[in-house]
Amino acid sequence: MDALLRLEDLRVEYPGMDPGRPVRAVDGLSLDLRPAEAYALVGESGCGKSATALAVLRLVEPGRITGGRMFFEGRDLLSLSEKQMREVRGARIGIVFQEASAALNPVMRIGAQIAEALRIHKRLTRRAAWAEAVRLLGVVALSDPERQAKAYPHELSGGMKQRVMMAIALSCSPSLLIADEPTTALDVTIQAQVLELLRQLRKELRLTILLITHDLGVVAENADRVGVMYAGRLVEEAPVQALFESPQHPYTRGLLRSLPARSEKTADRRLPTLPGSVPDPTAPPPGCRFHPRCPEAFEPCASREPQESAPTPSRRVACFLHTEPAGVGRSEGPSR
Amino acid sequence: MTRSLVEATGLRKTFARSGVWSSKGPAVQAVNGVDLQVHPGETLGLVGESGSGKSTLGRLLLRLIEPDAGALRYDDVDLLACAPGKLRKLRRHFQIIFQDPYGSLNPRMKIGSAIGEPLTIHKLVRNREERKDRVADLLRQVGLDPSAVSRYPHEFSGGQRQRIGIARAIACAPRFIVADEPVSALDAPVQAQIINLLVELQEKLGLAYLFIAHDLRLVKHICDRVAVMYLGRIVESAPADALYSNPRHPYTQALLASTPNPEPGPPTPPQLFGEPASPTRPPAGCTFHPRCPVAEPGCSRQNPRLMETEPGHKVACHLVNPPAE
Repeated sequence: MDALLRLEDLRVEYPGMDPGRPVRAVDGLSLDLRPAEAYALVGESGCGKSATALAVLRLVEPGRITGGRMFFEGRDLLSLSEKQMREVRGARIGIVFQEASAALNPVMRIGAQIAEALRIHKRLTRRAAWAEAVRLLGVVALSDPERQAKAYPHELSGGMKQRVMMAIALSCSPSLLIADEPTTALDVTIQAQVLELLRQLRKELRLTILLITHDLGVVAENADRVGVMYAGRLVEEAPVQALFESPQHPYTRGLLRSLPARSEKTADRRLPTLPGSVPDPTAPPPGCRFHPRCPEAFEPCASREPQESAPTPSRRVACFLHTEPAGVGRSEGPSR
Repeated sequence: MTRSLVEATGLRKTFARSGVWSSKGPAVQAVNGVDLQVHPGETLGLVGESGSGKSTLGRLLLRLIEPDAGALRYDDVDLLACAPGKLRKLRRHFQIIFQDPYGSLNPRMKIGSAIGEPLTIHKLVRNREERKDRVADLLRQVGLDPSAVSRYPHEFSGGQRQRIGIARAIACAPRFIVADEPVSALDAPVQAQIINLLVELQEKLGLAYLFIAHDLRLVKHICDRVAVMYLGRIVESAPADALYSNPRHPYTQALLASTPNPEPGPPTPPQLFGEPASPTRPPAGCTFHPRCPVAEPGCSRQNPRLMETEPGHKVACHLVNPPAE
C-alpha cells in the first residue's frame, strides 16, 4: 500500500545556546503513514516527536530541516514553494495543538476563526463560511452551535476549546490530522470525551492520524501502530498490540515498566525505574544513544550506531541485541 | 486509632473575584466544608479534577491562605489562633513541594542559597561551614551531586529541579509535607524516580505527605489513604486498597474508569457527559448530580453528608447512604 506520508532520514536542527552546537531535535527519522491509520509517536519531552510533527508542516522556525525527504500524497514537501505549502497546510494537513487557548485568537469569535480557514482554502463567501462553521461546531459535538459560534475563546472551557481546534483542523477536509498532545491539558473525564470524538471523526472521515503523545494509556486505546522515539531517533516501531505485549527495545521496556498502571503495588511502594536521564540534545552520546542508561548494553553499543532490523515483517527495532550474533542470545526477550 | 498530626474541621474558603471592569464578580467557593486528618508518617492522596479545590485545601492546611471558617490543628497547636511569631517558628515542621519547581525557585539564586536559606532563617545551623555541609548532605539525599550548589535553576532539567524543590522542603526536618502535583509535569520514567525518592525520604525521615494529584493510578502506589474531591467537597475517602477495589461514589467510579489503560484493548468510553459546574455557582443538593449517571430526584434537593460506610471508608452519596426522610 502506498504511504500517505513518507519521511526519509528526516533531520531537524534548532539553534542551541552555543551557536556552534545546534540541537539535533530529529536525527535521521524514517517512517510511513498508511492511509486511514492512526500512528502514535511517543517518547519523553525533547525526544523530537513534536519537532517531527512541525517539520511535516514545515513550521520549524527558528530551526531548520537539514536533511532527508518528506512525501505527502505523492508530492515532495521540501520542493514546494512557500505558496504551495500554504495550500497544503490547513487544507490537506490539519493540526491540533496541546494548548488550544494559545492557538486560538482571543479577540475573534470562534465561528469567525473557523470561517477564516474556509474562506482562504475553499474560497467560500462570508455567509457560506459562517454557515459551514456552525455546521462544523455541531460535528465536533459542541452544544448549541449557533450560539457558541458567536462566543470568544475565554468563554469556553478547555475541552470545548479543543473541540473548536478540531473543527478548524477538519474544516477543509484534510486527509491527515496531526494531533500534538491533544488531551494532555484536559482532565481525565473530559479527555475521554475528546478522544471519543477523535475516534468517531476518524471513522466517519477516513482520516489518517499522526498522534503525538507521552501518554501510553492514550496510545494503547487510540493508535494502530506506534513509533517510539529516543533522543531524536526512532528506536522501535510496531503494531500497538505487539508493542505493549512484547517490546523489543530496552528503552521501550523501561518506559512501559515505569508506568504505575502496569506494575503491581509492592510492599516497598517503589516503582521500577530507568536509571539516569535523557542525554543533552546538543551532545548525544556516541554509539547507541540509549547505551549509558541501558541495562542490557554490551560491547558494540558504545562505539557503533545500531542499524534497524525487522524481528517480524511489521516491526522495526534499532538495537544490537537484534543484529549482533553476540547480542541475540543476551536479550531478555519478550517481557512485560 | 492513632492521633492525627494535622486535623482540619469544617474548612471553608471562598475567593471573592474582583473583576477589572466590575467592582465584584461572583465568589468562587473553592473549599466548601472539609474535614480531614493526616496521621504521622502516612501518605494521604488527594485526588480531583482542575477546579475541585485540592490545591486550595493543601494551602489551607499549611495556613498559607486563611480559611473563612473551620478549625485547624497541628499536633497540639490551634494553628488558626497561633500568634504570627509562633506560627513562623512552627512553619519549619510543615512544608510544600510545588508542581513547577522552576516557578518556585528564584532564577538568580544559586541552588546552594535556595536550599540553605531556610536553615539560616530557622537558625538550624551555627555557621557557614555547617550550612555548607548540611546543604551538600541534602543534595546527596535527593540524588544530586553536591557540586550543584554553585549552579542556577535554569541549568537543571525538570526532574532535577523537582529534586531541588524536595531538598529545600526537607531542609528543616519537617514532619508534614504537602506535595502539590509534584510529578504531573514529568515524563513517566522521571515520575517513577521522583516517586521513589519521596517514598525513600518518608521512610528515612518519618514524613507525612498530603499527595495532591489528578492521576488516580499513580496515587494508588504510594498512598495509605485516598480522598476524592469534587467542587470543593470531599466525596469519598478510604484506605487506598478499599478505594480501588470498591469505589462507592459514582464520581470516583467514573474517574477510575476514565483513565486510559496502557494495555491495548477496546477504548474507554466516556463515563461522564458535560463538564463540572462552575465553583461560582455550584448546583443545589449534591454538587455532582447534574453529571451523575445514577442521580435520583432527591439528589438535587439535599447535600449528602460524608458518612462512614465501613471502617475508614467514608462516602457522600444519597444512593449509598439514603437520607432519613
